[in-house]
Amino acid sequence: MIFVTVGTQLAFDRMVGAVDNWAAISGDDVFAQVGPTDIHFNHIRQSTFLEPKDFDHYFNAASLVIAHAGMGSILTAMSYGKQIIIMPRKADLGEHRNDHQLATARSFVAHAGVSVVWDEDELIALLHRIDRAAIEQDLVQISGTAPEPFIRKLRELINS
Amino acid sequence: MKQKKLLAVASAGGHWVQLNRMIPAFEGHRLHWISTVPGLETKVQNGTFTAVRDASMWDKPGLLVMALQVAWRVLLFRPDVVVTTGAAPGFFAILFGRLLGAKTIWVDSVANAEELSLAGRKAKNWATHWLTQWPELAREEGPHYIGSVL
Repeated sequence: MIFVTVGTQLAFDRMVGAVDNWAAISGDDVFAQVGPTDIHFNHIRQSTFLEPKDFDHYFNAASLVIAHAGMGSILTAMSYGKQIIIMPRKADLGEHRNDHQLATARSFVAHAGVSVVWDEDELIALLHRIDRAAIEQDLVQISGTAPEPFIRKLRELINS
Repeated sequence: MKQKKLLAVASAGGHWVQLNRMIPAFEGHRLHWISTVPGLETKVQNGTFTAVRDASMWDKPGLLVMALQVAWRVLLFRPDVVVTTGAAPGFFAILFGRLLGAKTIWVDSVANAEELSLAGRKAKNWATHWLTQWPELAREEGPHYIGSVL
């Protein structure tokens, strides 16, 4: 199952539409959390918003996650050890208020477990190209908590 | 070590995930959490939880409601320390927390790799500790860098 998420605030129809097109070709089972949109996608299951426990459920069940370039999605995928493809929203297309997702995406280029695509064509091309079996071998699990040196310094600030 | 009242604040989504990665640093303190999605209460294992209205910096009426909700919670809880990863509810928690004499710690989201967030820039004057998660963005006068949740 492929899990698609666009975060809690805004729809991202350009990305979800591309995955819908992919599902039509590939027959993949896709569940997408699509945010506030009027579009009904034809080839995937969709939900506007997911309760946190349902979000966890789909994350767990997924063999691949496709998401907007939001830190919540990226960090959650990394802590579940799920391969994630991220695609940044663009402000000039009205998809976000600014282009910080482009910066996030740039900072995750060449990061293990995270694949960056810059637009819907690249997303489809990557889905054609990737070897799902190899991906499941290449899981990168990160700890559920921040690195110890950061925790220690933050604790000092709190306790001092 | 004296137990403190620690108010942990983050919008739902990436801000919330990052704040939760800091939990080991909160050990030994009495926690209250604030976020913007009521269902997140089920994810809180230690401490109490309040949901406030979600609003961006561009939704002024929504912001006003959120600010009042955060102010009320800060007044009731009287935190010794406020820790937040943003965004808007974190700013208000820093503002009201500082006005009541709390230590206030702003940790700008790791999503802001190239410039500080808008709420983060606004938090500058009210944060006792004003932090970025990117060494490239750190300056002597702040924001400072002590590491990242990644």
